[in-house]
Amino acid sequence: MQEIGGAFAEAFRLVFTLDPDLREIVALSLQVSLGAVAVAALIGMPLGAALAVMRFPGRGAAVVTINAFMGLPPVVVGLLVYLLLSRAGPLGSLGLLYTPTAMVIAQAILVTPIIAALTRQTVEDMKDEYLDQLKVFGVTTFGMVRTLLWDARYSLLTALLAGFGRAVAEVGAVIIVGGNINHLTRVMTTTIALETSKGDLSLALGLGIVLVSVTIAANASVMALRTSAARLAYA
Amino acid sequence: MPDSALFDEAGGALEAHAPAHAVLPIACRGIVVARNGRRLLDDVDVSIDGSGLTAVVGPNGAGKTLLLRILANLFEPDQGEVRWAHAPPCREHAPKIGFVFQKPVMLRRSVLANVAYALAAAGVAKHERSVRALEVLAMASLEHLAHSPARALSGGEQQRLALARAMATEPEVLLLDEPSSSLDPAAVLAIEEFITRVRAAGTRLVLVTHDIGQARRLADSVLFMHRGRIVERAASRDFFDNPGAESARAFIEGRLVL
Repeated sequence: MQEIGGAFAEAFRLVFTLDPDLREIVALSLQVSLGAVAVAALIGMPLGAALAVMRFPGRGAAVVTINAFMGLPPVVVGLLVYLLLSRAGPLGSLGLLYTPTAMVIAQAILVTPIIAALTRQTVEDMKDEYLDQLKVFGVTTFGMVRTLLWDARYSLLTALLAGFGRAVAEVGAVIIVGGNINHLTRVMTTTIALETSKGDLSLALGLGIVLVSVTIAANASVMALRTSAARLAYA
Repeated sequence: MPDSALFDEAGGALEAHAPAHAVLPIACRGIVVARNGRRLLDDVDVSIDGSGLTAVVGPNGAGKTLLLRILANLFEPDQGEVRWAHAPPCREHAPKIGFVFQKPVMLRRSVLANVAYALAAAGVAKHERSVRALEVLAMASLEHLAHSPARALSGGEQQRLALARAMATEPEVLLLDEPSSSLDPAAVLAIEEFITRVRAAGTRLVLVTHDIGQARRLADSVLFMHRGRIVERAASRDFFDNPGAESARAFIEGRLVL
């Protein structure tokens, strides 16, 4: 019990003194996860909105697939990206394995279905309200997708937040494609796993505190933004 | 029947000629919509042309709103065809038909941006949009609210904005689906004044309404619908002073029409 108390005290010291190692790990974590969310948003939002607006054969199957992919196992995604990027893989010549870029790719694959599925649901709800009015304006299908994405922007923050939550807390994929290399690909989750196995609980706890704080801060920011948008009747 | 055929008031074919307008006349012929074995619209023929305001009146479930939606190409009938200026409806000409819904749909943007959006969709150049939007907002007495969120307006203001937005693209015809049904008397008056100005400016109007008094005040001609059919079409004065059909007489007198 005394050992745990000491670990907590050391963890808080690391956090409040802005320990350089801890800072580096947190920065890389945010860089990788925010990068992955940005890539996933660029793909997932238009994809989700298009699925909400367009009607085509196989649409139902596409929706079911995307919904199912929300629960993709990170280790499986990590393995697939590893096979793609490994020296013998089809993209091996790019030399991306064990780099932050590989981690971004793996997390983006995990996050894209989440953002696409939540976007589809949000946009579809709004489409029911907007469709006739947009038809009256003579808006094209592409124009509808753009309009609905813009007008649903505050609601879609929730989709981004869910994606970020998934990315920043994920360990299985990034440890496979990143390799948890010190000062290169070591992020919060992989460090927590490593330091715990080594018995160095203070750094693991310090990173755990930061990870939880980041998640709470992101949620609080999005909630504040949505509340202010709702007050202005834009949400 | 060639695509370019016209339909007269009775639905008869007229000789084709080059259209002078993008959408007028708006015509439909042989329209049938059936659900659960019941005909919501039963072989309906309509042609909207010329000028003035046509009120479409009738009891609940007569098919008035459905007919309006079909004319605007918002609903695909089971049978029959719709023509805008003698041709099948097309998206490019949609901005030439204004449509105001019973419950106005406000985009999650400012009042000004709502109007600017309609102008952008109609292909109006960016530098013209603000000026034109402010002009129509002034017409609806909403210019002081230009930068307010549209969804924060009152019901009456939202409906005036919907009218202004519909008029911004200078449509040839404006279809109004009970635009004042849920408003207080002052808001109804404001809407009717706006409609009167639009009619005076030469825009063709079609107004679906339950309100007999409103139809008397505004309409030049009347289509009376009952059980999915157009039972009577007449000049406004003729319809209200001397209705031909018993169902129309009962409706005007406020007796229940089933």
